[in-house]
Amino acid sequence: MTTIAELPPGFADKVLSAQSTFRSVMDAMARPGSVQRIVPMAGTPGPMMRGVAAIALTLFDHDTPLWLDARMAESSDVVKWLKFHTGAPVIQDSSIASFALISDGALLPALERFALGTSEYPDRSTTLILQVDSLDAGQGFELRGPGIDGVATLRASIKPADLFERLRVNETLFPRGIDVVLVADDAVVAIPRTTRVVSKGS
Amino acid sequence: MKLSTIIDNLDSASSVDRVTQQNNQQAQRKAAMAVLAHAEAGEIAARLRAFALPAHQDLRTPENGLVMLRGRVGGDGAPFNLGEATVSRAAVRLASGEVGFGYTLGRDGEKARLIALCDALVQSRDFSASVERDVIAPLREQLTIRRKQAAAETAATKVDFYTMVRGEG
Repeated sequence: MTTIAELPPGFADKVLSAQSTFRSVMDAMARPGSVQRIVPMAGTPGPMMRGVAAIALTLFDHDTPLWLDARMAESSDVVKWLKFHTGAPVIQDSSIASFALISDGALLPALERFALGTSEYPDRSTTLILQVDSLDAGQGFELRGPGIDGVATLRASIKPADLFERLRVNETLFPRGIDVVLVADDAVVAIPRTTRVVSKGS
Repeated sequence: MKLSTIIDNLDSASSVDRVTQQNNQQAQRKAAMAVLAHAEAGEIAARLRAFALPAHQDLRTPENGLVMLRGRVGGDGAPFNLGEATVSRAAVRLASGEVGFGYTLGRDGEKARLIALCDALVQSRDFSASVERDVIAPLREQLTIRRKQAAAETAATKVDFYTMVRGEG
């Protein structure tokens, strides 16, 4: 049981910190595969990384239903912290979630279980925020797509290992699809629905 | 309660004590809020400046928002939305763990933070007496004086309609 007395604090400077974090996430989305840093830091509850905590404080509010993976959902620290600082409703039904927080890639459900948007409103899809082990070491990925001049290279150790294979549903669904934000500590990489993984090195 | 039953039920008696204590604290916080919400931010800050504050941090930095004010037709009829009012809120945590909340009308975030700080101090075992004595009691006195003065000024403009009618007739 967490009482409010033990809750980690939010941003020290709400407006500037949120603006700075928003900028990092926007740059990451605009340049898929590039590693952006999140500078402002807030308290981190339970299994949540500090980058994810900053993104939560920036993007979540009472209009963005959240879906949490089992590890996050069973941590009362995380649920209470999100409720206190963001007011976002935590829901069980992943198909209507605006954001999904995944702390353990092994717990990522089939992507079809999330909101994919509609042809009229492709923006009404779930954005996955996935905590990964590392975004500067590990397997090599080559990315292509809008926002990338030629080919971008990403080295990352990501769970689940077949994430990019699973994301190929985006090719057939377009303009619908799933956007992914990968976070390792304070590093952020975005894989929007238009990005294709062209080859994999070791 | 007879003494014998108290001794027989020591456990339940002490839990009753805890509940009363909690209710007392609730009442104290409520009373403090009633004063602080009507005080000026500068007045609260001036009182707190003379106060040896314990270490504290902002759990929720001051933020502004809107609340919908609801009215009732004729005071007790169907509810309707009267309009929105700006409010500020903040939450402060003392190093010893007490968390205070401050809500106030208007956009003065600093005032909300000071109220939250006072609320946390009121709950603290070490500071509740001194904050009541040095901050809240003087503010309460000022508030009472202001209210009495306003009431007196209003009372001076009272018109006796009976006299008016008689004057015409």
